Amino acid sequence: MAKGIMYIDGQRVPFDGEPNVLSVIRKAGIEMPTFCYYSDLSVYGACRMCVVEDERGKIDTSCSMQPRDGLKIRTNTARLLKHRRMILELMLASHNCNCAICEKSGSCHLQELALQFGVRRVRFADNREVGAFDDSSPAVVRDPSKCILCGDCVRVCEESIGMGIIDFAKRGYNMQVMPAFGRKLSETNCISCGQCSAVCPTGAITVYNQIGPAWRAIHDPSKRVVVQIAPAVRVAVGEAFGLGQGANVLYQLVSALKCMGVDEVYDTIFGADLTTIEESNEFLQRVKNGGPFPMFTSCCPAWVKYLENENPKYLRNISTCKSPMEMFGALVKQKYKEKDAEDGRTTFHIALMPCTAKKMEAARPQFKDENGNPDVDLVLTTQEVIDMIKESGIQLGEMEYESPDLPFGLGSGSAMIYGTTGGVAEAVARHCLPDKSKNTLRELEFSPLRGEDSIREATLQVGDLEVRIAVVHGLINAQKLLKEIEEGRAMYHLIEVMTCVGGCVGGAGQPYGRKAIKDQRREGLYQADRSAPFKRAEYNPGATSLLESMDEHTKHHLLHVSYLDN
Amino acid sequence: MSRLDIKSPSKAQTVVDNLYRDVERRIAASPPGLCPVDMNLSFLQLCHAQSCGKCVPCRIGLGQLSKLMAQVLDGTGTMETINIIEKTARTIVNTADCAIGRDAARLVVDGLEGFRDDYEEHVKHHRCLAALQNPVPCVSLCPAGVDIPGYMALVGEGRYADAVRLIRKDNPMPVACAYICEHPCEARCRRNMIDDAINIRGLKRYAVDHAGVVPNPENAPSTGKKVAIIGGGPSGLSCAYYLSLMGHKVTIYEERDKLGGMLRYGIPAYRFPRQKLDEEIASILSTGIEVHTGITVGRDITFDKLQRDYDCLYIAIGAHQDKKTGIPGEDSKNVMSAVEMLRAIGDEKMPDFTGKKVVVIGGGNVAMDVTRSAIRLGADKVTCVYRRRIEDMTALPDEISGALAEGAELMTLAAPVRIEADDNGVASALWVQPQLIGESDKAGRPRPNKAALDEVRVPADIIVVAIGQGIEIQGFTQAGVPIKRGTFVADSATSVGDMDNVFAGGDCVTGPATAIRAIAAGKVAAANIDEHLGFHHEIRVDVEVPAPKLNNRPPHGRINTTEREACERKHDFEDIECGLTEEGACTEASRCLRCDHFGYGIFKGGRIEKW
Repeated sequence: MAKGIMYIDGQRVPFDGEPNVLSVIRKAGIEMPTFCYYSDLSVYGACRMCVVEDERGKIDTSCSMQPRDGLKIRTNTARLLKHRRMILELMLASHNCNCAICEKSGSCHLQELALQFGVRRVRFADNREVGAFDDSSPAVVRDPSKCILCGDCVRVCEESIGMGIIDFAKRGYNMQVMPAFGRKLSETNCISCGQCSAVCPTGAITVYNQIGPAWRAIHDPSKRVVVQIAPAVRVAVGEAFGLGQGANVLYQLVSALKCMGVDEVYDTIFGADLTTIEESNEFLQRVKNGGPFPMFTSCCPAWVKYLENENPKYLRNISTCKSPMEMFGALVKQKYKEKDAEDGRTTFHIALMPCTAKKMEAARPQFKDENGNPDVDLVLTTQEVIDMIKESGIQLGEMEYESPDLPFGLGSGSAMIYGTTGGVAEAVARHCLPDKSKNTLRELEFSPLRGEDSIREATLQVGDLEVRIAVVHGLINAQKLLKEIEEGRAMYHLIEVMTCVGGCVGGAGQPYGRKAIKDQRREGLYQADRSAPFKRAEYNPGATSLLESMDEHTKHHLLHVSYLDN
Repeated sequence: MSRLDIKSPSKAQTVVDNLYRDVERRIAASPPGLCPVDMNLSFLQLCHAQSCGKCVPCRIGLGQLSKLMAQVLDGTGTMETINIIEKTARTIVNTADCAIGRDAARLVVDGLEGFRDDYEEHVKHHRCLAALQNPVPCVSLCPAGVDIPGYMALVGEGRYADAVRLIRKDNPMPVACAYICEHPCEARCRRNMIDDAINIRGLKRYAVDHAGVVPNPENAPSTGKKVAIIGGGPSGLSCAYYLSLMGHKVTIYEERDKLGGMLRYGIPAYRFPRQKLDEEIASILSTGIEVHTGITVGRDITFDKLQRDYDCLYIAIGAHQDKKTGIPGEDSKNVMSAVEMLRAIGDEKMPDFTGKKVVVIGGGNVAMDVTRSAIRLGADKVTCVYRRRIEDMTALPDEISGALAEGAELMTLAAPVRIEADDNGVASALWVQPQLIGESDKAGRPRPNKAALDEVRVPADIIVVAIGQGIEIQGFTQAGVPIKRGTFVADSATSVGDMDNVFAGGDCVTGPATAIRAIAAGKVAAANIDEHLGFHHEIRVDVEVPAPKLNNRPPHGRINTTEREACERKHDFEDIECGLTEEGACTEASRCLRCDHFGYGIFKGGRIEKW
């Protein structure tokens, strides 16, 4: 790791292990513009916005430049600013500039930088041939006319998710990003994780927007709109309203939703407690039966979809538990059956999720009733909820605090941390470990179940068995782990997998954010856990009494699912 | 799928590789007079096809440049379009990720710097500054404008004397050019588009070798005008020849003992046999030219006197002054200049290098002449020392390979620093500083830089400095002949400033150049002197050029001349080249595409029958 001092615009800036000059520049407090640079993806060097000039007047991109002791660079010379403006103008010349009606308007990075650099005209004509609009995916929409070919989506899909669903096709001026053979996304093995849309700087890949149907349901008097709120949503919504990064704004959010016309607001953590208990029981049962191991968590729909599409032999290893959202959905529909019959309304269940794959999950046949009605009628991402609150003119910070409705408005601290990598495994561990003292919690807090490493492992003593647990985030790392298991180099009893890096706080449905913001959100969840009145799923009175009231058949019907016989 | 595979080109790739070679040849054959903006755009589009599409400046920028340049060409562009082209191109040059984008845009920037006026002409007047003609490539590139397709056809028909007469219409020294011309005519030969340029010089040599004695045309009636020509080299002789034909009385003043200039005192006999040179000079003089050899103007006779005695003067003194390296020890004994050495050989005073170690400093054609002559003079070892690399030498590649074949050593990347002499002041070694090749200069030639290596001693008995020649200007400056950067100043009509009856041309105006450029200057001077004297004599020839045949058009190898074996030729000053055979000449002549007839050449810019 290189160490030394660089001179950036005359300032002395020490560096120590930064992978490139760009990182050092940003460390020095200069917001170098980029389109194609992400610290956790490979360097691509395509957008050329981060050019810097050395003492000899040579120009090169800082993302691909190694820091060197004594290196003197300038970031804002007349030439550099001129070139950046020209590059932006060239990009805009190959971009559908219908900004006012663009999904990404207001959060588009191209728009932002064009504004920042004062590009007010485009002197070039756009006569590209653009690929077909693709709204075949339940999670994301591709509009190639807005693609600036930065390759962020290509690299995140390949390097972070390990799917390689989209790639560059054609060359030179005709280059485009598309799935192989120009297929639609629905014709590929895409798992709907939506990370492509999360990194897309423009409106070329956006989340499938369902705000319209949501409003229609809310404004339809014949519909009883019941909402559940996932853990990661509450620590991200506030960002858009200046309430701080990682701030837990659940109570204001409940209030806002009520103002907007939602009938009932519940908390997904109730469902998460059910999942913890059911999944722990299943795990202990497997321990008793001697397998099959490893048991995979089932909360992440993109992960389940990955196994289904590319590695079906592991489907039997997935926990039979539905995800918290789907457990919740089934419960809601069950609970309101009678009431619907009484007042003649139909219950319309909306889940607020940090995730685009949840849109895909909600539409799965396994989660529909005998009439084909889904348990979760609609999934809105955090960003869509933010947009709806803004559309309503609601100042979230001004909202009164209001707690979620009962009986499904309560949950344990262990359910709160479902929203971050390691949370599900920790919740299960808290539930399974016989020592219910605070010491266990402390021990778990400092165990490898928490942390940022992409693959973490922990060993816990449960009865006679030394249980080996692995926690993985970033789907490509799960693929690596599977390979190690197949090659006999690793063995685990329980593996938690989250497709997105960081877990649900880094989900594609969240507002755009760099890693630091995701870290804040994770902290917000741990804080919510700490301030929760009870930390373990089995202490959730509503959840335990509900489970006690159910016979095995009902439990199986409402809370479990098999992806095998499909 | 195997882990690794041996790469073998696909059929498509093989064909594409051939296409690349075709394109290279086609570009080589670009005829003069094309629209530079159009060519610039075409190159740009070629470059854009190479773009991978990754980075913004190359992917989008090159495409946008193409569109803007097309606007300039189709007349829809404005001055602002040119401005945007320049800005865009500069951004691409500075920000593209690799050479594909950077250097493609550099072509556009270079174009804007080189022919911005042409861009502006397109925008303002919807037209191109380039010539509206599509001249015959070889003819237009021959400085003397020799009717090349014409004599190709004549050689093909075996009419060698007619070929010589046709050549003499524009160039009175066909023999000299047949042996030593650098043949710029071949550079853009349209035949390049099919396979390779015609061996024009080889065919000319066949013609002159087989034409026998070809009498000159009759002189026009005497005009009574007198012209003095200072310098009996190719330029002076050419001027004298045409002026004589026009009926003027011509007198040549030559400083050396014999006529021929650099053809005799620069070019060694193994490249141009002396008998051939003497014959050609005799033929020119037979038009009635008076010659005074051993006369140095400025010393034996003043310039003013000549100006008084003659109606017109033509200065064609060449470039015979040796340049010095300026390194310490250059004045040691046995250190000589190339001019000195070749001059002695020209006067047949052969130095004896038997058993000597000879070191030659320089990398041009003269350095090669000196090197190869030194070998023939019996040197034990001849080392040519040059500051840059072989590919940077200005000598023709054939000259370098010829010297190497004859056993010369090339010591490249070695800059002379001093000459070591023994106690008697006799040179004993050349010390050189090893060099590292560096960045290119503005002309695109890489500069040598001092390498981090110690100086090297090159033992030498004889050191010959061949780093270029200058002009001997004494005797002319006082008379008021204008001088700039060491050469006389004359315009494209060879007129010298406000000196009414003085003309100048050849190496003394251009600096050391080629024989054909000197000959062309002589021709131009003759025409303008004739006009100046109040006449308008026409030079024409009554040779009928054969009608074109459906010549050999499928790709066909170029028939090259061969050389005598190196081990044999290196011992004598006899001609090293073996001319074409009759069969070879006939076949080669049939490769000519007759651009004087096919293409635009038949219409405008084709045959010039008189001047």
